[in-house]
Amino acid sequence: MTVTTTKSAYWAGVRDGLPFIVMVVPFALLFGVVGIEAGLSMAQTMSFSVLVIAGASQFAALQLMLENAAIGFVLLAALAVNLRMAMYSAALAPHLGGAPFWQRALVGYLNFDQSYMASIAKYEDNPQMTLPAKVAYFLGVALVISPLWCVFTYIGARLGATVPADIEIAFILPIAFLSMVAPMLKSLAHVAAAFVSIIVAISLAGLPAGSGLLIAAVCAMLTGVVVESWMERAKP
Amino acid sequence: MNYTQSEIWLIIGIMAVGTFAIRFSFLGLIGAGAIHPLIERMLRFTPVAVLPGMVAPLVLWPSSAGGEPTLWHFMAAAAALGVAYKTRKVVWGMLAGCAIFYGPLIMGLL
Repeated sequence: MTVTTTKSAYWAGVRDGLPFIVMVVPFALLFGVVGIEAGLSMAQTMSFSVLVIAGASQFAALQLMLENAAIGFVLLAALAVNLRMAMYSAALAPHLGGAPFWQRALVGYLNFDQSYMASIAKYEDNPQMTLPAKVAYFLGVALVISPLWCVFTYIGARLGATVPADIEIAFILPIAFLSMVAPMLKSLAHVAAAFVSIIVAISLAGLPAGSGLLIAAVCAMLTGVVVESWMERAKP
Repeated sequence: MNYTQSEIWLIIGIMAVGTFAIRFSFLGLIGAGAIHPLIERMLRFTPVAVLPGMVAPLVLWPSSAGGEPTLWHFMAAAAALGVAYKTRKVVWGMLAGCAIFYGPLIMGLL
């Protein structure tokens, strides 16, 4: 399928962003409910979702704040959860680095798991996409998700005291991330990288939040590159 | 929660600025074509390198089960992974995983 115009690229992004609503809505609701129950004001709960827009780190921060952790530790743990996005930024740079500053800043603000993953998969499958089409596609995906994230945080916060926070809803996160990663297992190199990521992350689970994951990710990426070059050499 | 209002706003403010700095980093500083080919090659593996490691502890030691492994969590995770892999569609994996995980809850079996 060829993306020919910027407008059609935007709408392709919107369409590809729609399935993510399934995971974004319950999590936004949950953040709103938990934020208010933890003692944040409506303005503070909303500021988290509007300014930070990073579900996992928002939950991590909230959890540590409930434990009255030192502010420095809250920030370190929550930002460590987001460090993977520096890798997303670097992966997007070859595709979007030529865009005007304000567009790159907007992409930076909206550079979260779903928008990154949908976009990078699209760019790799369609190398002929133009720069404006790539930016439009990214914004199409992101602008389906981010307003819903904020609106449903608000609805969750309004429900706040009335809805009991059910811990089981949190398991939708691993289900959603596994569903996202499975179609990306395109080669033995990808499978090997995923396997190493799991093994190292589990082995280092005792380290402070986020740090074991970063080490696992680096090991997994190196594994992917090594296995890929083996496969290339094995080809006649 | 024992923080003053200004401490809470400080946490939100630094998280907002810090998260933006992380997300904008390479997009803002480097621009196109300045990344070493080996690094670029590594970065193509970022999703499959980061997400499985993020998910594995949540599946293996689910907090809702007191941090003990359960067949239920494992089955739901396997269903999501297997169906999404087979169909190559994110949404079918999510539905399969949710059906296995939340189906018994909704039917009152667990």
